[in-house]
Amino acid sequence: MKKIFGIVFLMLVVVLTSCQSRHNGHGSGNASSSAAPGTQEDLEENIGNFVLFELNQSTLSSDATAVLNRQVDWLNNYQYINVLVEGHCDIRGTREYNLALGERRANAVKDYLVSRGINSSRISVISYGKERPVVLGSGPEVWAQNRRAVVVIN
Amino acid sequence: MKIRFFFLLLGMYNATFALTKVDITRGHVEPLPIAISDFLGDKHIASELRSIIINDLEGTGLFRVIAREAYIDEVNIDKTPTFASWRQINATTLIGGSVSSKERNVGFKVWDVFAQAEISHEKISLTNNNIRKVAHKVADEIYKKLTGEDGYFNSQISYVSLLKDDKGRYKRRIAVMDYDGHNHQFLTAMNNKIVLTPRFSPDAKNVLYLSYENKLHPKVREINVNTKLSHEVGEFNGMSYAPRYVDDRHALLAVAKNGASNIHILDLATMKQEQITFCSAICTSPSASPDKTKIVFNSDMGGTRQLYVMDYDGKHQERITFNHGYYSSPVWSPRGDLIAFTKMLPGKGFFIGVMRPDGSGERVVARGWLVDGATWAPNGRVLMFERENGPDKGVGIYTVDITGHNERRIKTPYEASDPYWSRNFDPE
Repeated sequence: MKKIFGIVFLMLVVVLTSCQSRHNGHGSGNASSSAAPGTQEDLEENIGNFVLFELNQSTLSSDATAVLNRQVDWLNNYQYINVLVEGHCDIRGTREYNLALGERRANAVKDYLVSRGINSSRISVISYGKERPVVLGSGPEVWAQNRRAVVVIN
Repeated sequence: MKIRFFFLLLGMYNATFALTKVDITRGHVEPLPIAISDFLGDKHIASELRSIIINDLEGTGLFRVIAREAYIDEVNIDKTPTFASWRQINATTLIGGSVSSKERNVGFKVWDVFAQAEISHEKISLTNNNIRKVAHKVADEIYKKLTGEDGYFNSQISYVSLLKDDKGRYKRRIAVMDYDGHNHQFLTAMNNKIVLTPRFSPDAKNVLYLSYENKLHPKVREINVNTKLSHEVGEFNGMSYAPRYVDDRHALLAVAKNGASNIHILDLATMKQEQITFCSAICTSPSASPDKTKIVFNSDMGGTRQLYVMDYDGKHQERITFNHGYYSSPVWSPRGDLIAFTKMLPGKGFFIGVMRPDGSGERVVARGWLVDGATWAPNGRVLMFERENGPDKGVGIYTVDITGHNERRIKTPYEASDPYWSRNFDPE
């Protein structure tokens, strides 16, 4: 019985430590990934390259600022890297207003990075409104994942 | 005693004679039965004219064309019809005509069967390739005589055609077509670049739309329907979007920059632009009144998405929506009397509605899982919009009367969104 418990415990540890923690919302990544430093993969897997927003909101949560703080450090490490911030909305909105809201979300991220010392000329923004969901389908969980700002190397 | 059965449907009654009329704002009415006899002359042209006219009139939901097999008499446009034969099959209205290949025109008459009166007589020039336009013009004339409203059958639609790739993502193209789906053509190529909200110029020669073809800089472009050549319009710091022509060479649009959106007027000839709102919030989706004195727009400056009206120069902004819900996508009717909009009620879905420009008289005309993008028929009595009935159910464009009745899907080659309805034209 102890042996089985031990095996199950070990499996649980393996599963939990290797799980990409996307479901907590902010791509906090897995520090032991094999991505080359200073690449998009590095950003996505080790730092976290997206933040999520509440419905109709563009304010940054504490989870979001935690991710962005790591991005600040990373951008300071790689001064030659410029980034594009994409702002997105979920599908449960109207076309034109969502283009504006996506732009506002992208700028919320840019403004934060700039406030932490990143040179504004390194950061571009773009809005995709509701036109580029990352997760297809329906329901509050899906929509929550689509209300996001994504940072990509430019 | 003559059975005046159809007088239940009449809007106007005169003591000496009654003219058949349909009140199209009254809500659900039984379609008015009418008869269209075969036009004399070229049988092929006559047949094509008849089927287009029937499609136009029956598509309004207001008329029912009695089947040809039921007709017990014929019509010669040069003679007075035997009205009794047409009363016998319950036709309220009779149309007859002739195609003259020699004179290159189509002549037609409309008779009120009960009043036994000729109520219209027109001749329209026929060229080699305007048969559809001539048919639409005949239908316009019949519609006008019987409803008192202008017809809309010689109008066009611009819209976004969507095709899903094998990953379930959309490829979009700008497309234009006659309002009945004929003469469909694509204006942009099939690729992954997002294109949105195409809107015709009043002369329908050009279309303004939002394009992501300049990769990091989504901007409004203008494309010529004939040449398919396009160019960016104006030089804006930020994303230009939400374009609408005010006339053939002026447009309203919004510009998003630093987290705010504001409204600009653009002279398309000089590319000079003027910013007319100075929101720190989102002020977007401008739509001008037909007399160009006012603009309705969408803003969350008060905290939630609402509709505002301001003077054309940007002064005197006034909120007009105060009911429960989030309002957006406003569009002013070409009649000037109503504004159509999209409303979202959390937990209840989306609605297309109309209201007076002061915000009063709000009415729902369509509802669904996702409905948006209302556009007005040129006579201000029909709306077109996009509808999705659920996730993965696809998106299509639909028309509905402003009474909320007679909703119909518009046939398109693929999925469709972002419709825009042009004005009505005369055949050349």
